[in-house]
Amino acid sequence: MSAPFGRRRCEVAANRDSGGYRVVSVLDREGPEPRAGQFYMLAAVAAAGWGAGDGRPFLPRAISVADARPAAGGGVRLDFLLDDVGPGTSGLRALGEREEVWVTGPLGNSFAAPREVSADAAGAVLVGGGVGVAPLALLRKRFGERGVPHRVLLGFRDRAHTGGLDLFCGSSGALCPEVRLATEDGHAGLQGRVTDLLLPILAGDDAGSGVVYSCGPPAMLEAVRALCAEHGVAVELALESPMACGFGACFGCAVPKPGGGYLRLCVDGPVLRGEEIEGVSHAYA
Amino acid sequence: MPELCGIELAHPVINASGTYDAIAARAAFGDALLADFPFAAFVSKTITPEPRAGNAPRRIWETPSGMLNSIGLPNKGLEGFLAEDLPRLAELPVPLIVSIMATTREDFARCVERVAARREVAAIELNVSCPNVHSGLIVGESPAETEALLEALRPRSEKPLIVTLTPNVADPAAVAGGAERGGADAVSLINTLKGTAVDPATGAPALGNGYGGLSGPAVRPVALEQVRSVRAAVGLPIVGMGGISRGADAAEFLALGASVVAVGTESFRAPRAGAGVAAELESPLLPERSAGAALNLD
Repeated sequence: MSAPFGRRRCEVAANRDSGGYRVVSVLDREGPEPRAGQFYMLAAVAAAGWGAGDGRPFLPRAISVADARPAAGGGVRLDFLLDDVGPGTSGLRALGEREEVWVTGPLGNSFAAPREVSADAAGAVLVGGGVGVAPLALLRKRFGERGVPHRVLLGFRDRAHTGGLDLFCGSSGALCPEVRLATEDGHAGLQGRVTDLLLPILAGDDAGSGVVYSCGPPAMLEAVRALCAEHGVAVELALESPMACGFGACFGCAVPKPGGGYLRLCVDGPVLRGEEIEGVSHAYA
Repeated sequence: MPELCGIELAHPVINASGTYDAIAARAAFGDALLADFPFAAFVSKTITPEPRAGNAPRRIWETPSGMLNSIGLPNKGLEGFLAEDLPRLAELPVPLIVSIMATTREDFARCVERVAARREVAAIELNVSCPNVHSGLIVGESPAETEALLEALRPRSEKPLIVTLTPNVADPAAVAGGAERGGADAVSLINTLKGTAVDPATGAPALGNGYGGLSGPAVRPVALEQVRSVRAAVGLPIVGMGGISRGADAAEFLALGASVVAVGTESFRAPRAGAGVAAELESPLLPERSAGAALNLD
């Protein structure tokens, strides 16, 4: 289902901490329910003013949706996971309850079911790190609802940086049983990187029966892409790229294709199959 | 009813070339785009004789009240455009203007002839000013070169030829004069201003190409002055653009002699911005004036 044409003003319903990130909940009264992997262009309605931001932020920011559920009173309640990486995300993180945000979306494509990616794939392995765990949270929920077998591997730096982890906890507050953690300081789960959890799965006998879904920092995504390629396992990667518009107008979000040329991440992605790209690089992420 | 070179327009707001991909927008927003199309005419992204991949990332960089871009004219090439894109753009409910750039007069002439022969096309825009591609700078920087190019292209098309002027010259009015003498039907201005920025993370230029073109509200005073000076120099209709985000901004361009205005960067922030600007222009009192005798430093 298409996004409503144009941007619309939506109200912020809540803004809470999530392990150092913020989860900002937005009430979208008009839009359709998004699919996992899709994103929205967001901009605070209230201007910063008085040169506080040196005329920035100016453009909206592309943020993938971490959760979506029917809102009381109609429409959809959208959750966005926000790190503070610049004036745009900083402004969005500061939005208080009942403040307004410009919303365009849902935009872009979405993760495909395992059988759509690979005919004999029965299950899924979700691999996330950093703020990139956001789209995987919604994907895990959808796979759970549809009975798609899945495992979730998440990587975090240390005890102070566990943003988004609670998106993978059940109503009791306990981590969902299918979730395994890797932390670089070893305070929880395996000490190491999330790829250390992925490697034994890819090396296992039944690796070919699964599809890997990943989102996270460029270096992590590239490691996941390369590992999957090496083991012949299908992978879908949700990428990030600077984009001004989100709907194919600005041509800013160019991602190199193997053999030359570029994809527009906003309309050809943000979810791309491993073989659709040359690699994941900081140069465009 | 506003018109541009004899093309009747429902309102005076069109899009700036290269800032709206109507085919991609239709995929994102569905047929609501057609029912509520935000522009009175649609200007295509610039087409070149052969396909172009565009510049290496990074391609965009946010700046104070604006942005830099270094896109590099990615397009399917003339034949790809005519075969694949033009039939789909013809489904838009507004007249179609096709933007063309080439590096030689012969190539330019071939593109103009091929595009002009298509009945879906209402007018042709000649991009002689894109600052991202070196060849684009040469013609548009020189009144004599611009005049000579127009003299070569004028006999190839009965359809209106609109010349996009570069703002990156000392005297854009002189180049507009060259376009007029060569037989242009209108000029559009401004294209983006050459600019760059440094990525604080690397200490190197932020854009892959080293520099780009600045757009957004930051350029509006520059654009307005260029429209004013070009208006004083030539009698051609002017498509005015540069940082228009509201009706009041568009009204400034119209007050200085633009016949029509174009919305570019603002569409990135708000996909229906063109319609909003047109609606605000039609309201009997623009917001700023209805608020009373507001002073600039009030």
